[in-house]
Amino acid sequence: MTLEELQEIKAGEELARSQKKKSIHVCVAAGCMSQNAEAVLNTIEGQLKEKGLAKDIDVKGVGCMGLCAAGPLVSIEPENRMFQEINQANAFLVTDNLEKGKKTTNDLASDSPFFKRQYKIVTENCGVINPERIEEYIAFDGYLGLYTVLHDLDQNEVVQNLIKSGLRGRGGGGYPTGLKWSTVAKAVGAKKYVICNADEGDPGAFMDRSVLESDPHRILEGMAIAAYAIGADEGFIYVRAEYPLAISRLKVAIKQAERKGLLGNNIFGTTFNFTISIRLGAGAFVCGEETALIASIEGGRGTPRPRPPYPAESGLWGKPTLINNVETFANIAPIIRKGAEWYASIGTETSKGTKVFALAGQVVNTGLIEVPMGMSLREIIFDIGGGIPGGRKFKAVQTGGPSGGCIPEEFLDIKVDYESLTKLGSIMGSGGMIVMDENSNMVDVARYFMEFCMSESCGKCVPCRVGTAQIYDILTKFAERRATEADLTLLEELCDVVRNTSLCGLGQSSPNPVLSTLKYFKHEYMERIQAEVNQE
Amino acid sequence: MPAYPVKVQPPTEDKRWGLVMATMKRHGYQSNAMIETLHTVQESFGFLDDDSLRFVSKALNVPLSKVYGVATFYHFFTLKPQGKHTCVICMGTACYVKGAGELMETIAKKYNVHPGETTDDGNLSLVTARCIGACGLAPAGVFDGEVNGKLTAADTLTKLTKWE
Repeated sequence: MTLEELQEIKAGEELARSQKKKSIHVCVAAGCMSQNAEAVLNTIEGQLKEKGLAKDIDVKGVGCMGLCAAGPLVSIEPENRMFQEINQANAFLVTDNLEKGKKTTNDLASDSPFFKRQYKIVTENCGVINPERIEEYIAFDGYLGLYTVLHDLDQNEVVQNLIKSGLRGRGGGGYPTGLKWSTVAKAVGAKKYVICNADEGDPGAFMDRSVLESDPHRILEGMAIAAYAIGADEGFIYVRAEYPLAISRLKVAIKQAERKGLLGNNIFGTTFNFTISIRLGAGAFVCGEETALIASIEGGRGTPRPRPPYPAESGLWGKPTLINNVETFANIAPIIRKGAEWYASIGTETSKGTKVFALAGQVVNTGLIEVPMGMSLREIIFDIGGGIPGGRKFKAVQTGGPSGGCIPEEFLDIKVDYESLTKLGSIMGSGGMIVMDENSNMVDVARYFMEFCMSESCGKCVPCRVGTAQIYDILTKFAERRATEADLTLLEELCDVVRNTSLCGLGQSSPNPVLSTLKYFKHEYMERIQAEVNQE
Repeated sequence: MPAYPVKVQPPTEDKRWGLVMATMKRHGYQSNAMIETLHTVQESFGFLDDDSLRFVSKALNVPLSKVYGVATFYHFFTLKPQGKHTCVICMGTACYVKGAGELMETIAKKYNVHPGETTDDGNLSLVTARCIGACGLAPAGVFDGEVNGKLTAADTLTKLTKWE
């Protein structure tokens, strides 16, 4: 592959697009797929053929359009007109109303705040390109970043670019990505590895799945750039077995990239070689922790080990290894293409760029959103999310999954970035955001997350294995109104011990849901104590 | 450890072992291919029985204890045969706050089966999932591989009655 060939593919795609009058996009990501989007795609194709419009109008399956609650979604481009809840029976609404201006019952306002308030970098191609065609990714400047890096930048310049951009790890920790890259780049060793962590285990989070399903090539390009920067020639994508669609699209993408010479030996005519293989997870939350993930790729039980040594020095098979999250890799190509300064201009002082959130729970517009760092929770939940359904009252928003915490209404106006959420006792996490209304019982929520941590604890270290079970027991006492004052003290102490003495992040952060609900909703715990006293 | 892979014969003549052998071959009979191999076994046979664990252990030259350890560590692997139909109810946070717990109770009550178990007649396996990533459609479930969103207790029972 040369730059000319890349541009040729791009030109070819643009020509093909210009020959069609319109193009109809049908969302075929997992959310809409589960509502029969594939049948909708076929129906629309069939109807266009009947009308003799197949030549003028292109129909294709695209990645996630974001508003999963209203799926299956269909849009008509280039005017960006959207339809919601299209099924086989009402697909004619789309094909009969191709002309502008006609209103239908299933119109979806594409200028609503849900779409307008977003800022898309990671998901810029989601809902735009067909994820199973590499040509379409190339048409939107795909693999140009990789070319630039291989031909115009040396390894150190790539790392410096990343440092300047201010990108931080999107898996939850928020460790500066550039710094991580430079550590692995400096590590001694002829063999190094790049790993993409796609073991999205947080319940209530589906950002990574959507990106993998909608734009898999973006991840491959990000990984290849990383491999060049740190001097690796082999990469792994560790993806959950629960995401069959993402796995199959990744496989297709890797094959296409290999065929085009964008993965393999002598990429873009340079001496740079890079191959990627997929490894399947098998349903263990702890494997999101980097050392546990490495153990799992090595074929064993996914149990973490103490750090240091960090994977940057001694990771997969004892070799220096770079591990980044899917969303982190998805940010790399745009940073290279548009420049570190551009990226650093978005977001807040300490947290640059955008963040993808999976908005779910008791909120009107559930789905996938991408917003600049520093947007307030109120804007996210009430403007973009459309507020709470049924006129009920907002109670709390849970961020960061089982490692995060619940944030009550009085803090809705804080600007979302890594530091502000940590200060509130929650974390950014990978981006799950669950909204709860007045009907939610916070002790139950804390107990739900503790049950999760208890059963997902790998059992290697005592504080986590025993502590989470004990905390769960105490919370059950509260739920059944058998708790006493002493239990409350014990609960607080236990949380402190588990947080400070556990081996890995899972254990250390497992008390967070309890601590944050204790902090903001202590009366709900107290009510359950007093109820018992009153009965006596 | 021998320098070359020792060819181990599958426990039965079943053709499905061919798929398992292919997976192991693709990874060069390396011990780190164990999880991939177990995935293939489960895909082909539905569950991991003692014979298959012994076979994987021998073929990849890994102690049986280690294979058993891996097979029981990960939730995805099951050592028991599944029912004729499988119903997975997602218990992710989004589904939980939208009432997945009640769905589960309804099913458990009607069919007298607990999560992770199969009914006595071997017809229905009830499984919980941590999160199937369909949070936008909560509460969600998977019925014999088909994802369904925005479930109500009535919907779910209608679907299950069809399998009776």
